[in-house]
Amino acid sequence: MKSFTERRIILSNVGVIDPERIEDYLERGGYGGLRAALGRAPADVVEELKESGLRGRGGAGFPTGLKWEFVLKSRAKTRYVVCNADEGEPGTFKDRVLMEGDPHRLIEGMAICGYAVGARRGFIYVRGEYTLSIRRLERAIAQARERGLLGRNIMGSDFSFDIEIRAGAGAYVCGEETALLESMEGKRGWPRIRPPFPAERGFRGRPTVVNNVETLANVPEIVRRGAAWYRTLGTADSPGTKLYPLLGNLNRTGLVEAEMGIPLRTLVFDLGGGPPEGHELKGVLVGGAAGAFLAPDELDVPMDFGSLRRIGATLGSGSVLAFDDTACVVDLLGSVLSFFAHESCGQCTPCRVGTAILVDLLARVQSGNGDPAVLDAMRRATEVMEVASLCPLGQSVGLPVGTALEKFRGEFESHLTQGPCPRCKATMEVRV
Amino acid sequence: MKEGRTAMDRRPTRQGILKRFPRRQDQLLPLLHALQRANPRNYLTPDDLRAAAEHLRLPLAAVYDAVTFYSMFSLVPRGRHIIRVCRSPTCHLLGATPLIEALERELGVRAGETTPDGLFTLETVSCLGLCDRAPALMIDEEPFGPLSPGDVGALLARYREVAR
Repeated sequence: MKSFTERRIILSNVGVIDPERIEDYLERGGYGGLRAALGRAPADVVEELKESGLRGRGGAGFPTGLKWEFVLKSRAKTRYVVCNADEGEPGTFKDRVLMEGDPHRLIEGMAICGYAVGARRGFIYVRGEYTLSIRRLERAIAQARERGLLGRNIMGSDFSFDIEIRAGAGAYVCGEETALLESMEGKRGWPRIRPPFPAERGFRGRPTVVNNVETLANVPEIVRRGAAWYRTLGTADSPGTKLYPLLGNLNRTGLVEAEMGIPLRTLVFDLGGGPPEGHELKGVLVGGAAGAFLAPDELDVPMDFGSLRRIGATLGSGSVLAFDDTACVVDLLGSVLSFFAHESCGQCTPCRVGTAILVDLLARVQSGNGDPAVLDAMRRATEVMEVASLCPLGQSVGLPVGTALEKFRGEFESHLTQGPCPRCKATMEVRV
Repeated sequence: MKEGRTAMDRRPTRQGILKRFPRRQDQLLPLLHALQRANPRNYLTPDDLRAAAEHLRLPLAAVYDAVTFYSMFSLVPRGRHIIRVCRSPTCHLLGATPLIEALERELGVRAGETTPDGLFTLETVSCLGLCDRAPALMIDEEPFGPLSPGDVGALLARYREVAR
């Protein structure tokens, strides 16, 4: 059996190099992927990405090479590359660590993408709170321009490409790619109806590749070392490594990179050191707020796209929020639901009203309302949201609600009869 | 606080800011960020919105529509320092609620309000991406965490001293 531990590929420079010195990045082989790409036909680069099996690390897991191919094959002259750096999923800070610690890796990945799909301009949409990421990226872009790695005729080729940074302004929904594009166009971040997808009509109506930071950070190594090498990492379904933020009641929290398919147990107990002395693990919220609650008997699940899907969960952002016997699941779900109610953008009714109803229903459970019908009402609300919401924000709320109710039902029932427990960290108000 | 400009004030003028931005709608958010940053009270005035609309050739309503969508923009004066406390599930699990309560006590305001001396605005945010330092907060651009309620007094004292 394969033994798993940390495997640093895209984090290999983080904490090792000075992120404000391009020389450090170059000394360690940086921009070698771009050089290799420029020596090949764009279609070959896209083919390499397709063969590598790289899947989008923003949560949806869509094959990156396929996305690039849609844009490459478009007839439109003007095309764009957009990096989604609007990292807002609770429990997720992986993209921040990459941008702060190794900004040139992202820039190189974007330039390769630009060459492969025939774009001359790229944008990095960074959430507004990430001021250090923005400063480091701005500096790195300036350095790359000075060395002819961005701008006109990169490395003496006829390929020209430049990157601009756009700062978000505090809206979780802008992490949804079409809301992000609306925001970049100077409007409120309301998701568009898809299709058309951004590959067909994206920024200002032009074909646009929208990729997550972690996805693009994988690109330079894939081009430099080849798809066959990349496929030796991870699983057949999810090749490569993944960044996993480890959080909550663990002895060691932080960001780890490991091959896709690492068992959740290894992350929680070996790399995370398990819960603090004298406490027992109660469960794990995997994938962010839009993720699934897992019980301790599910810890052997491999942490890749397909394996998590098979047990009714999702890899999402890769975040692993462990909680021990000092935590209350009702209270934790209350925090998750407050988050969604606040961040629902208000455009579509199922999500706007549904998230508010869920907060109210949970407050009833927590306050000891006594009516078990409240739990069924929560399920019904999420069922409507799953089928009728416009974007993944509303569609995904059913996952944390459904898994919490299914796996920790006893805890909900005891609140229904007894009210808040001593482990409830906040009491929600019944408003309606 | 006086709104007038002094020799010490290096903040750019509105006209100076507008000149840097091409007249296209996709410049709206960057322009609003710049205008807000230039205001010592961290907000967008009605004149700012009108100037942005005129510069980008947009209806004032379109500017207002965008501004009111994003939590980082404010239409009312805020404190010189903005405290953003994270209340994500991770921070919640590790003690965000007592931390917010301690801040409210120490500042004498509720979340969303500004202290009467105009020094601090206390805001709560959905997630700061500082989950490895939970419970966490940011003051202006600087992150802090993990923090316990007992840390709040000393943390604020630093900013109060500088202000004096």
